[in-house]
Amino acid sequence: MTWTLIILLAVGAYAFKVTGLIILGGRSLPPVFERCLGLIPAAIITALVMKDTFTVGQDLTLDARALGIAVAVIAAWRRAPLIVVIVLGAAVTALVRQL
Amino acid sequence: MTPWWRDPTLRPAIVACLTLSAAVGVFGVSFGVGSVAAGSTVLQTCALSLLVFTGASQFSAVSVIGAGGSIGSALGGALLLAARNGVYGLAMSRRLDGSLGRKFLAAQLTIDETTAMAVAQPTRRAQQVAFWVTGVALYACWNLGTLIGALAGSAIDPKTFGLDVAFPAGFVAMVWPLFSDPRARLAALIGGAVCLLTVPFTPIGVPILLSVLGVLVGLQSPANAPNSEVTQ
Repeated sequence: MTWTLIILLAVGAYAFKVTGLIILGGRSLPPVFERCLGLIPAAIITALVMKDTFTVGQDLTLDARALGIAVAVIAAWRRAPLIVVIVLGAAVTALVRQL
Repeated sequence: MTPWWRDPTLRPAIVACLTLSAAVGVFGVSFGVGSVAAGSTVLQTCALSLLVFTGASQFSAVSVIGAGGSIGSALGGALLLAARNGVYGLAMSRRLDGSLGRKFLAAQLTIDETTAMAVAQPTRRAQQVAFWVTGVALYACWNLGTLIGALAGSAIDPKTFGLDVAFPAGFVAMVWPLFSDPRARLAALIGGAVCLLTVPFTPIGVPILLSVLGVLVGLQSPANAPNSEVTQ
């Protein structure tokens, strides 16, 4: 992590907030624009899960993390609270590494 | 008029806002642990929560940098995730009163949780109370949680406890409720597939940027009917 990134991200994230709340104010965006913006978290967060589970650098890998995340997915599907999802995922990954 | 903290009609909403904030504090702990596990210092981790204050972007930036990605790719992915706060701002600007200075303060608090709690309230007064109570309590809990997590994370070896999966497991919990929308499922499928397919061929962090292609699912209007706005 670098301070340059932290400052740029802080400024950029605040700029989006100010743009919506103060600069654009009560105006509304074209529906297609709102629909696409609304889908960003689903697309990017899923990609982050894939990256953090199945890759090391530029290599695709299959290791203990895959089992941990599989259990986390089951926990999320069973509507377990956030902390349970994280602890189960971490515990299973740690256990598989001990084997 | 009764002050807001004594108004019995507002009490259930205030309790809900405070409960949500405490739960997000737990998420803050996992951000703190994961961030130092990915190589950030305690100070950098706390600065992210204090200054950026939008969870998904913080997680994304730390995750990409921790994997060895460039500043540009880490920033790009995190800013794509931050863009939706602009849409929340549009929704909140019709509901918040007050001076311009107050609105610049409100802007920093305009995120998923504050917007969701505010728009769920029936009256304008309740909407404003819900926004500010959630905003202030969540800001406090998120940053306290981050500090606790960062200190705990730097005291142990994260890999031994499987804490390197704290991020992806947290992402799973974050994204799962979105999948009730079929188009979000399709966008996620495309985003995830694009990421895995491009990992071997592109610099670290770029697959996260490319995964945004999944949002093109939104070009089609929900009714599947031909729609003039799509072609404009």
